[in-house]
Amino acid sequence: MQTLAVGCGAGFSGDRVDAAIPVVKTLIARGGPAALMFENLAERTLAHQHLIRRAHPSLGYEPLLEQELRPILADCMQHGIPIIGNFGAANPQGAAQRIVQLAEQLGLPKPRIAVVQGDDLSNAQGRALVKQHLPEGFDDARFVCANAYLGAFEIAQALKEGAQIVVTGRVADPSLLLGPAIAHYQWRATDWDALAGATMAGHLLECGAQVSGGYFADPGKKDVPGLDNVGFPIAEIFPDGSCVVSKADDTGGLVDCRTVKEQLLYEVHDPAAYITPDVVADISQARVEQVGANRVRLHGVKGHPRTATLKVLAYFDGGWLGEGEISYAGPNAEARARLAMDVMQKRMGRHMPLRFDLIGISSILGDDQGRMLTGMPTTRATDVRLRVAAKHAQRAPIDLLLQELTALWTGGPAGGGGVRVAKRQRLSNLACLIPREQIPATVQFV
Amino acid sequence: MAEISLYDIAHARTGDKGNHANISLIAYREEDYPLLVEQVTPEVVSAHFGARHPSAVRRYLLPHLSAMNFVLDNVLDGGVNDSLNLDMHGKSLSFHLLTLNVQRT
Repeated sequence: MQTLAVGCGAGFSGDRVDAAIPVVKTLIARGGPAALMFENLAERTLAHQHLIRRAHPSLGYEPLLEQELRPILADCMQHGIPIIGNFGAANPQGAAQRIVQLAEQLGLPKPRIAVVQGDDLSNAQGRALVKQHLPEGFDDARFVCANAYLGAFEIAQALKEGAQIVVTGRVADPSLLLGPAIAHYQWRATDWDALAGATMAGHLLECGAQVSGGYFADPGKKDVPGLDNVGFPIAEIFPDGSCVVSKADDTGGLVDCRTVKEQLLYEVHDPAAYITPDVVADISQARVEQVGANRVRLHGVKGHPRTATLKVLAYFDGGWLGEGEISYAGPNAEARARLAMDVMQKRMGRHMPLRFDLIGISSILGDDQGRMLTGMPTTRATDVRLRVAAKHAQRAPIDLLLQELTALWTGGPAGGGGVRVAKRQRLSNLACLIPREQIPATVQFV
Repeated sequence: MAEISLYDIAHARTGDKGNHANISLIAYREEDYPLLVEQVTPEVVSAHFGARHPSAVRRYLLPHLSAMNFVLDNVLDGGVNDSLNLDMHGKSLSFHLLTLNVQRT
């Protein structure tokens, strides 16, 4: 049987929309069976799309969907490369309709589009189910949405039934690759080692360039050629679930054992139990080897039976975040920035806890309580930017905070410049596990 | 005995899940891995991230990869949805781990 190659066209919502072009070119040039995956849904992205759909019922899918697919849709359809994406977000049907329109605009025949459904538990029935499993902390008044992480088998079913494009909402990210692998190799739900191997291949690809030189370069230490044109990854999947990761031809970037190891462990906790809806993958004995230029083989992944439950994330209105900044330069700059801190604390500290950062001195490593900054002596730094941040359930106190920060222009220490303020609505979440038989998934062709 | 920085012998990457960070630590050369196993213990890492007050630090070993994976519990001030940190994911923490010094004989 011919080896399946799966390319990745996006690793998050907001990724480069031209990334998939060289990937598709490479898949076509290499020949053989291939698929293209788009991963567009970070944890919060989906909840934001639910809010957008509430305001605009025809939206709620990946905002860059059209820009992502326009450059590659014709090539993929003509060369039999199915596209699998979680770009359906909070409105997979809406995304499917948009793709139909796009195909029309491009003068293409109507693509055969399948939508995977069942992840969205935001309606009354779904909400009741989630509430049962979240007796603590489920606040109806603040509820925004709940989605289950579905697996790969519905994607595989859609592909076996001839889908050219599979649109999903929430599925586990690696399932976007595992789905086409299951369809191609006819794996069963109990082929644990193969499922686990391809799951880790999907894990390697799900963040796009993060396995091919992105999020890796450190000049002089870990150099990456052509980072400005970093190529997105392609994985060849073998019948036993092992894989070789490479990247699009004629691009920058780097695939070596270091990039693969970093991404293999990215967002992993216990390496012996990486849990997805499809399998529990064990990479504790996995090995990687360089098998060619920009080609790394991953093998030795073991699989254990999948869990009886699916993970569900419920999102709630999380109030408001406000933040603002002001800069100080020249002699005694840090002392003036610290005086501005003091002014803000005295005027606003009684309303809400404030986080202070001195950008250029300490802005990342300390905690929200600011114990690190408080304990540091004032330096002779000559370029310091004060940041103030706070959260509140209500918007009005955040507006007041930002007004006070703006007032540092004229009423704060000498020479303050470059005030910027911003606020945004936040979402909080709660996770639970629900027996998988209570969350049936279906495939529907558009 | 020479004191060297982890940055000289290893690389690292951070990921986040909720309020927990994971940081991989990977030796460039296989022969340096035993030194990491011996000296970069969960206790040492917990102290190194003292300013973030981890409630627990777990270490998982991956000897075939010359790598280890640290999971730091509750170091993200509530995580991406709740933290006031500019780096709410804690993505920059990997390079802080690499500032840790170890002894090489």
